[in-house]
Amino acid sequence: MGVVQGDQMVLNIGPQHPSTHGVLRLEVTTDGEIVSKITPHLGYLHRCFEKHAENVTYEQVIPFTDRCDYLASMNSNFGYVVAMEELMDIEISERVQYIRVIMAELNRIASHLLALGVYGLDIGAFTPFLYMLRDRERILDIFEYTCGARLLYNYMWIGGVSHDLPKDFVKICVEFLDYFEPQIEEYNNLLTFNKIFIERTADVGVIPAEVAVSYGVSGPNLRGSGVKWDVRKDEPYSIYDRFDFDIPTGSGEFGTLGDCFDRYWVRMLEVTQSVRIIRQALKDLPGGDVFETMPKKIRPPVGSVYRRTESPRGDLGYYIVSDGTPSPTRVKMRSPAFTALSCLDEVSSGWMISDVLAILGSLDIVLGEIDR
Amino acid sequence: MTPEQIKERISDQFKNSVITNESLGEHQVEINGEDWLNIATFMKNDPKLSFDQLECITGIDTGEEGPLQTHYNFHSMEHRHKIEVVISHDRKDPKVSSIEQVWRIGDWFERETYDMFGIEYTGHRDLRRILCPDDWEGWPLRKDYEGQESFHGIVVPKIKEEEGWE
Repeated sequence: MGVVQGDQMVLNIGPQHPSTHGVLRLEVTTDGEIVSKITPHLGYLHRCFEKHAENVTYEQVIPFTDRCDYLASMNSNFGYVVAMEELMDIEISERVQYIRVIMAELNRIASHLLALGVYGLDIGAFTPFLYMLRDRERILDIFEYTCGARLLYNYMWIGGVSHDLPKDFVKICVEFLDYFEPQIEEYNNLLTFNKIFIERTADVGVIPAEVAVSYGVSGPNLRGSGVKWDVRKDEPYSIYDRFDFDIPTGSGEFGTLGDCFDRYWVRMLEVTQSVRIIRQALKDLPGGDVFETMPKKIRPPVGSVYRRTESPRGDLGYYIVSDGTPSPTRVKMRSPAFTALSCLDEVSSGWMISDVLAILGSLDIVLGEIDR
Repeated sequence: MTPEQIKERISDQFKNSVITNESLGEHQVEINGEDWLNIATFMKNDPKLSFDQLECITGIDTGEEGPLQTHYNFHSMEHRHKIEVVISHDRKDPKVSSIEQVWRIGDWFERETYDMFGIEYTGHRDLRRILCPDDWEGWPLRKDYEGQESFHGIVVPKIKEEEGWE
């Protein structure tokens, strides 16, 4: 970018700003309109969930995980229970595995819809946001029908799930998918291939692949940089190895590989893949009892486990240490949004202030998860 | 490579750096913190190891008398192998060299562990609290942590045993 020498000015974006997606303060040092340095100040939502977790039992940690990534609570639950089951070395019934995959993928669609819609909103396209939220509501209705909650589910328990599927769940879910699939075309017409949108996002905020890996950027953001890495495929957990789905990566369609448009586009393509997985899972859904494999007493053996899963924002890892008592010695959550935000300074320097918001939006951060 | 081979490769290169610790799992290796920066750089650049992903840094307090520990989870996208490195610190003066210039995400992970445990990562260019306010007292995730009474005039609530929240 151009070299401008002028007076340095410090500008605060946030803590209360619609484009920071929560309470985040960016201390932006600018040189005219050009950004030279960004210092993010986090912690406004810090409640030290990890300390709370040490004072409650293993089951009681699950509602806390809901509240970290509140846009994809199913996936947060999923990561924790998968790690716990690995630590306790227990087998899960087939039906529970399928239900979990269906829920996690539905939640991935819901989370991506919000991310895509809000991204449009961030850079000035109001209408697509309403379309996407309208369809996200239908997913939340399905969740409400299943477990009674719309956002914070506490649905996946260690060894099982809290409620079996309601009677006509499969029918409702297939109906939704049939309705939803043609909508993706509509989003593309409304937002993706809009010339103004492409001008704002293509070539902006390029994250080269090696920078992304070094910063621990993961999930759609990493794949947007052209790295084919998905925990569901590369370190399969639960039953993801049974499904047939692709890993979309960015290709620099309208600009450079790894720009904001690529990250947006990968999310859009992932929604289609999630629909594919749900359809397969619904087709093979076995019968059985969802409480059957739930352990009576949760007392894992002494030891530790680190397990990562693919949340809509990337590699969600849990490090759990057990000393044999009913409550954990240490629970650490490796949050994907935290690592994505850490590269903001490097990616944004040299861009204009308005581009910073485009870059921040394309990273799809959730502050509840960053601050924990 | 299996974790066993990775351990061998490291101990071949750096004599006396690997500490035998029976209580650790198969995927874990305890390393002497003195030469840590060199070992970490080797782990990243060696073509046979090439750990390009630093997945996670976890601080652990092993109890009142035990040491503080930093656990590093590494993964190599090229070779698809992983290892967990454990470094123990003296409780009185927890210190180890920083690896933030080797893996850039080490920057924020180390700041977080510093914030929660007070482990000092020497050579870190910007080591300050990240989640707690700058003037917070104490290290919250240590087992012997006692919260401060008030913060800028706001009473900090405490958990009282049996009675629940104050």
